[in-house]
Amino acid sequence: MIRRVLPHGLGRGLLTRRPGTRRGGFSLDWDGKVSEIKKKIKSILPGTSCDLLPDTSHLPPEHSDVVIVGGGVLGLSVAYWLKQLENRRGGMRVLVVERDHTYSQASTGLSVGGICQQFSLPENIQLSLFSASFLRNINEYLAVTNAPPLDLQFNPSGYLLLASEKDAAAMESNVKVQKQEGAKVCLMSPDQLRNKFPWINTEGVALASYGMENEGWFDPWCLLQGLRQKVASMGVFFCQGEVTRFVTSSQSMLTTDDEIVILKRIHEVHVKMDHSLEYQPVECSIVINAAGAWSAQIAALAGIGKGPPGTLQGTKLPVEPRKRYVYVWHCPQGPGLETPLVADTSGAYFRREGLGSNYLGGRSPTEEEEPDPANLEVDHDFFQEKVWPHLALRVPAFETLKVQTAWAGYYDYNTFDQNGVVGPHPLVVNMYFATGFSGHGLQQAPGVGRAVAEMILEGSFQTIDLSRFLFNRFYLGEKTQENNIM
Amino acid sequence: MWDLVLGDRRINSLRLVAPMWNGTRGIHRLGGAVVPEGNQKKERTILQFLTNHFYDVEALRGYLLQREMCKVHLKNRFRDKEWIRPDKYGHFSPEFWNFREVPVEAVDASDCEINYEGLDNLLLLKELQSLSLQRCPHVDDWCLSRLYPLADSLQELSLAGCPRVSERGLACLHHLQNLRRLDISDLPAVSNPGLTQILVEEMLPNCQVVGVDWAEGLKLGPEEQPQDTASPVPA
Repeated sequence: MIRRVLPHGLGRGLLTRRPGTRRGGFSLDWDGKVSEIKKKIKSILPGTSCDLLPDTSHLPPEHSDVVIVGGGVLGLSVAYWLKQLENRRGGMRVLVVERDHTYSQASTGLSVGGICQQFSLPENIQLSLFSASFLRNINEYLAVTNAPPLDLQFNPSGYLLLASEKDAAAMESNVKVQKQEGAKVCLMSPDQLRNKFPWINTEGVALASYGMENEGWFDPWCLLQGLRQKVASMGVFFCQGEVTRFVTSSQSMLTTDDEIVILKRIHEVHVKMDHSLEYQPVECSIVINAAGAWSAQIAALAGIGKGPPGTLQGTKLPVEPRKRYVYVWHCPQGPGLETPLVADTSGAYFRREGLGSNYLGGRSPTEEEEPDPANLEVDHDFFQEKVWPHLALRVPAFETLKVQTAWAGYYDYNTFDQNGVVGPHPLVVNMYFATGFSGHGLQQAPGVGRAVAEMILEGSFQTIDLSRFLFNRFYLGEKTQENNIM
Repeated sequence: MWDLVLGDRRINSLRLVAPMWNGTRGIHRLGGAVVPEGNQKKERTILQFLTNHFYDVEALRGYLLQREMCKVHLKNRFRDKEWIRPDKYGHFSPEFWNFREVPVEAVDASDCEINYEGLDNLLLLKELQSLSLQRCPHVDDWCLSRLYPLADSLQELSLAGCPRVSERGLACLHHLQNLRRLDISDLPAVSNPGLTQILVEEMLPNCQVVGVDWAEGLKLGPEEQPQDTASPVPA
């Protein structure tokens, strides 16, 4: 009603005052101004979107309690557990900042998707066991009203690790630790191997360990989408942008030995939008570095590693991107339905993919062969020269195979000891790490997410103690080495 | 040691040891009722002669015969009562507790709401020969990966109609090397039933896999196209 009346009133009111007659030479675009004023008044009235203020819907909020840098499986897992374990519903505002919403280079989507408990460290075994139970009950954890249940396409076929003479003793002690922690792993001799898997050539194999339960592979995209959906339904904010700056403040404190320590605190995170110079400063109290292969850059922004080498200020985050190739091939006479994920003595691994005699696999290159991580181009010669010979030796049927496709992805490789970095930084007190898992981040994501959330909310690890994964070890030089990396 | 505690899950019936008539050479020898064969002829006639002439020998033979009969009856005590079924309220009779030491050979858990944790109870049955999990709504691929402890004894497994079992779970049945009969019919979650059946048959060579007709899902070849009555017949 008012809308219909208003133009009348305005029109009549303005028409009575002839434009340009009052002040000579005064050329105002009255018609344009009139329509602008009409639009503004219309936008104030309910029913249309308010165009008075500039549109900021693509920008992150100005304040957020927790900012998670990186929206891959680890970042989303931390967001999920923060929301799951917070004491009051809606008590914490969590913002996830992800640079690339297509996840084209993110390690999660490009992963082979395996989960296994055959590690040498008890903490890793515990994390994997918890993740297996998380995945098994994923529809209870990640249930969203009116959404269909998730189908992870889990293949419970297990992992088969082969060891040569020199690694056999280490494998035996590892299996003992694994059994103690509750993993269902058994040792097999070459004869038993030949019995069970007739397509294997056991030359050079002294011992094998085979996971019977809770091991296999699944679809990482499904987990990522499930987490994203659930986390959005729990009220977590998402933003597509890049973190370019941290605004910090420092404080000098004295230790009990009267040494001066400079503690830093991050106050603001500047999130820059894609393809523009526009940025939004987000005021926050906790920052979580879950940026995967690019974690070191984020850490450097906060001043981690800027100092004389050998001191705590000068200890950088030793995580760098390493490129790994995955090849898919077709072999009609290859191993059958029962094939586990086989990891050879040479480091080459393969598994079945689907029902149609397709397999995928690869091999971690040695330090000298490390490819340049600047891009994700695939080197097919690497397969011909470094992967195929080992595969053909181990499984004679693979002598005749045909490569269908291949892709490359990054490991967030911890050059110090190939294990994750979890927990707060000793000097930048409100930055928490959840990165550096060197190829087994996907399978440990649920457990690590819970551990970081516990650290933030309770102040210490409650369920799985990951104190050995804290940042301090890089300065103190204590390696928590993981021996079974693929 | 096997017990019935399954929480509030219902198990339909359990079958105890099958009837036995064998192992009774002793009876024939003692009873003397069988026509003696070749080399035992002489032995039998001496024994028969002694029995006819001495009460002690006769009594001894009678006593030993009684002992053998008791053994056979013990083995046959479940004849016609092999399956223990719940009554209409779903309760099992308390006489069940008398059979604690008897090994359970077959479990029929069809339509039962058994889940991953519930399988803890079934995996304790070290002599289980036949397991039927037909139409169980919560049995999925994770549950199938738990069945390997039964590999030594399990001979028959039925998964017909389980809505959550897919070909990925069937892959971990290869541990069950003593399996002789596997029923994988009517599994809606299996993407390609014919191909899956072939792969499972290759995986378990000694097992008879019942389920799908392998030709299901194959399209008719060009020669077998149904005749189109509208098209003109070539002269």
